[in-house]
Amino acid sequence: MRYLPLTADDRAAMLGVIGADHVDDLFVDVPAEARLDGPVHGLALHASEMAVERHMSALAQQNLSAGSAPFFIGAGAYRHHIPASVDHLIQRGEFLTAYTPYQPEIAQGTLQVLFEFQTQVARLLGTDVANASMYDGSTACWEAIAMAGRVTKRGRAVLSGGVHPHYVATARTMARFTGDTLETLAPVLEATPDDTATIAAIDDATSCVVVQYPDILGRIPDIAAICAAAQAKGALVIAVVTEPVALGLLRSPGELGADIVVGEGQSIGVGLNFGGPYLGLFGCREKFVRQMPGRLCGQTVDADGKRGFVLTLSTREQHIRREKATSNICTNSGLCALAFSIHMTLLGGSGLDRLARINHARARAMAKRLAQIPGVSVLNDSYFNELTLVLPTDARHAVRDLADAGVLGGVSLGRLYPDNPELAPGLLLTATETVTDADIEALATALETALAGVPA
Amino acid sequence: MNALNPSGWRPHKGESGGEAPQTVSGDRGLMLEEALVFEIGGMDKCGVDFDVEPGAVSGALAGHVRAAPLALAGLTEPETVRHYTRLSRQNYAIDLGPFPLGSCTMKHNPRLNEKIARLPGFADIHPLQPQSTVQGAYATIHELAHWLTALTAMHSVAMTPKAGAHGELCGLLCIRAALEAAGDAREVVLVPESAHGTNPATAAFAGYRVENIPATAAGRVDLAALTARLGAGGPEKCDVAAVMITNPNTCGLFEPEMKAIADAVHAAGGFVYCDGANFNAIVGKVRPGDLGIDAMHINLHKTFSTPHGGGGPGSGPVVLSAALAPFAPLPFVERQADGTMRLVEEEEAAIDHPGSFGRMAAFHGQMGMFTRALTYILSHGADGLRQVAEDAVLNANYVLRSLEDVLDAPFADAGPCMHEALFSDTGMAEGFSTLDIAKGLIDEGFHPMTVYFPLVVHGAMLVEPTETESKAGLDRFIAAMRSLAGRARAGDPALKAAPVLAPRRRLDETLAARKPVLTWRAAPAPPMEPVLSEIGGS
Amino acid sequence: MTRYFTKDHEWVEVEGTSGTVGITDFAQGQLGDITFVDLPAVGEGVTAGEAASVVDSVKAASDVYSPVSGTVSEANPALETAPELVNTDPESGGWLFKLTLSDAAQLDALMDKAAYDQYVAGL
Repeated sequence: MRYLPLTADDRAAMLGVIGADHVDDLFVDVPAEARLDGPVHGLALHASEMAVERHMSALAQQNLSAGSAPFFIGAGAYRHHIPASVDHLIQRGEFLTAYTPYQPEIAQGTLQVLFEFQTQVARLLGTDVANASMYDGSTACWEAIAMAGRVTKRGRAVLSGGVHPHYVATARTMARFTGDTLETLAPVLEATPDDTATIAAIDDATSCVVVQYPDILGRIPDIAAICAAAQAKGALVIAVVTEPVALGLLRSPGELGADIVVGEGQSIGVGLNFGGPYLGLFGCREKFVRQMPGRLCGQTVDADGKRGFVLTLSTREQHIRREKATSNICTNSGLCALAFSIHMTLLGGSGLDRLARINHARARAMAKRLAQIPGVSVLNDSYFNELTLVLPTDARHAVRDLADAGVLGGVSLGRLYPDNPELAPGLLLTATETVTDADIEALATALETALAGVPA
Repeated sequence: MNALNPSGWRPHKGESGGEAPQTVSGDRGLMLEEALVFEIGGMDKCGVDFDVEPGAVSGALAGHVRAAPLALAGLTEPETVRHYTRLSRQNYAIDLGPFPLGSCTMKHNPRLNEKIARLPGFADIHPLQPQSTVQGAYATIHELAHWLTALTAMHSVAMTPKAGAHGELCGLLCIRAALEAAGDAREVVLVPESAHGTNPATAAFAGYRVENIPATAAGRVDLAALTARLGAGGPEKCDVAAVMITNPNTCGLFEPEMKAIADAVHAAGGFVYCDGANFNAIVGKVRPGDLGIDAMHINLHKTFSTPHGGGGPGSGPVVLSAALAPFAPLPFVERQADGTMRLVEEEEAAIDHPGSFGRMAAFHGQMGMFTRALTYILSHGADGLRQVAEDAVLNANYVLRSLEDVLDAPFADAGPCMHEALFSDTGMAEGFSTLDIAKGLIDEGFHPMTVYFPLVVHGAMLVEPTETESKAGLDRFIAAMRSLAGRARAGDPALKAAPVLAPRRRLDETLAARKPVLTWRAAPAPPMEPVLSEIGGS
Repeated sequence: MTRYFTKDHEWVEVEGTSGTVGITDFAQGQLGDITFVDLPAVGEGVTAGEAASVVDSVKAASDVYSPVSGTVSEANPALETAPELVNTDPESGGWLFKLTLSDAAQLDALMDKAAYDQYVAGL
């Protein structure tokens, strides 16, 4: 077996050193009735690389990959071009096959990357500090709500109608068990986000206001106004960013006054991967650092006075603080953080600016073309690279028809909000730098066909 | 005060180790220094070319645009490749040698896994694609789920948890939902002192109060004490929702009374959560479902060889008993009668699976880890997985018996260990501790073992060689450990200076924690670029 | 002024109904370098034997139990920037907080210096 170095002679010699006759003597503590006599039922014996590759490739081929169709899906996961060097570098064995850097003398590579990552993320989000990553945006969002509860010692969170429904669902699951109260507002098909409703929901018991930027319908909320209102009531503002490329062009939530900024970092360096692994971004004000969840890398010096990096402020974490830890998170998204950081280094501030402008320009081109279709209108007054199209029919049908025509044409709001029929005409569409004019034309043509016969 | 540092872990800054030869560049042969990207890069550098000119910003962004591009230094591609390659060389990795971190299962990461995970049909598909376009992805999840339940003899599996600790949370939320559905609110979760820190942290995160279960002198759960805590009053009188047990446990020992423990907990109306971090010791040999457990997470990045990546991503599917399965999180995949795969989300669950506790993260879990783990399972097959467990346990016992005469091994007399061998700092010279052995191993070219864990043994050293190590590799490790043990017993002052041959000497963790510097800041503020944006028509 | 000690290695120095609380030299020696002290807020009520503060070292976080019940009147401001005072001067400048005692009779259950020294010698 290609992954097992011990030979039969090795095994015999080692059993001799141990003083055991048979390897089963080492399993003596396992009650006999719990031991399997033979191989697990139904699973074939070991297989060659070629055989396994054949099997797995057949599964992969049953999927329509994003790169092989006009592709306009976003809603929390975005398809961007990833430079070839990113994937090469993250496969360096010294990064790929290292553990969490608990022995800093021989993990400076990972640690310096984390320090650079934290700096890049803090600058991008506009926060003082950032941690070394969370699982994904949705779990980072709940962690931020929990943290706001610790900071304010209040238990009522307000979630604006623009927050991704999966993020809301994740928070709702957790709040059910922790006893926190969530005030979740419903989105409305309006051209601008309902910041007034969000502000009206803040009261003196509110721990935090969660607002997505740009929001789930692609619109850009007025973070500064929400921050002013929250501050007046002693509540924190948590900004959620699901498309970090937008921050290449938009003012950062931290700059606009948000206390905690969380995000999904997948857009930069990570790839779609059918939903995971992704990369949770988490930044906040420096004064809250000891209430943060997750790992933090800090700068220090070694015994010779040379600059070096270590994991620090670990007493917040589960392996030391146990049931009093700020979070139970242990393994996070180290390799995805590396990919993000490499991609960000390749871009730099000027490249990110350029990338963001191209994304916005592609979305504008898409909006312009689709608006020509009879009965179809663009909802948004404001958008970055994602917007909501209002159709004269339930968008779920349109998405299915588009798929049948070989176009991956967005996400229907009906799928995201099955309980809210008023949103059913909404179709969420994203255009990144990967979208060509021909893709837009294919989408428009297929949509025209799908809507033919539907009364406008 | 509570718990005056029970593990005995106190960082030591290290002694002077003499002068290393100085060079003008600061590099020394293949030992390469590397500055921060912010110090070597620039706002005028970019490693990406773009096909199109973006044009003016539209009115759709009016009032929201940055005053200047984000102040972040960039690098061209050759500089980027060099920066990260140089940094990579400052890391130890399983690709370089043994990485015997106890409880972490640092095994070889097969490269076929990486190749498969990168097939566009897996890597380049969106989680919200129409179901007709991702049938193969659902089938992949379903197939892995099938083998995970077969290997554990459990009813079903929740695939969405993002890592082991997230899996623990999933298991406890299932338990809580099941108890609440039965109108039986309970408040307490019992956790052994030797447990991973994630266990009590997760229980608290899920809203439970944590109490300790004592251990016996043999390093096992004290069944009598557990039974006493559960009480004799039956389900009506018991406030314990769950018992979290790691098996094999963190002392590297199998819990032989697992079935009796489970029976006692069930009789009291509670559930048994098993921390599956150490499943590698028994995979293919023992099925946890046969031991009476109700839920167990499986760290795909341990037992099933997905890479740790310097701290993740992990993946922590949770196998569930029939009693807990109705409460599993969304979304999940089902095979329909016609052979097609169906995704169950909120809308479908409201009809078919009303008990589900809901979503615990966006999307379907760690697909990129599922493809790797399934590739690994199929590569090893039923015979290979069994051999994995046997070799892992054989290697650990070989280390235990080869070192027990020079290092204190607290449970060695009681019998064999499972996949990891536990030692303590007893017998070392005054002022010498586990930390010195660990740092000495670095100079010998090895990654240290897990240190100061589990907390129940002072100065603990937990060695998990895994099945990946050859006998020759183990013999080299054992020789280094024997030498270091001798030096620690004799009080060799040179050991206090270790490591002297690594990219860095011992780092000042106290300074880092007292005056945290968590981001890079330039001495003067970075220069602001002129305002580039202008508002045009849309 | 009289100083009392607990078996959990806290000390309290009492004058009238006012007490000053810290951890002992033995305790700081066991913990190693102190990196951060989480102090109670002024006006907060504390209960004898229950956690009132947390002392962090690099690899450990330890609850400090209040030796007596009362209301916190002052937290040591010097520890915010110089937590190392708990290492260098634990039984004087490295005090943690002051409180107004609510039940002076609780002092009877504590040890004096001689008894504490004897207790530590036996550990």
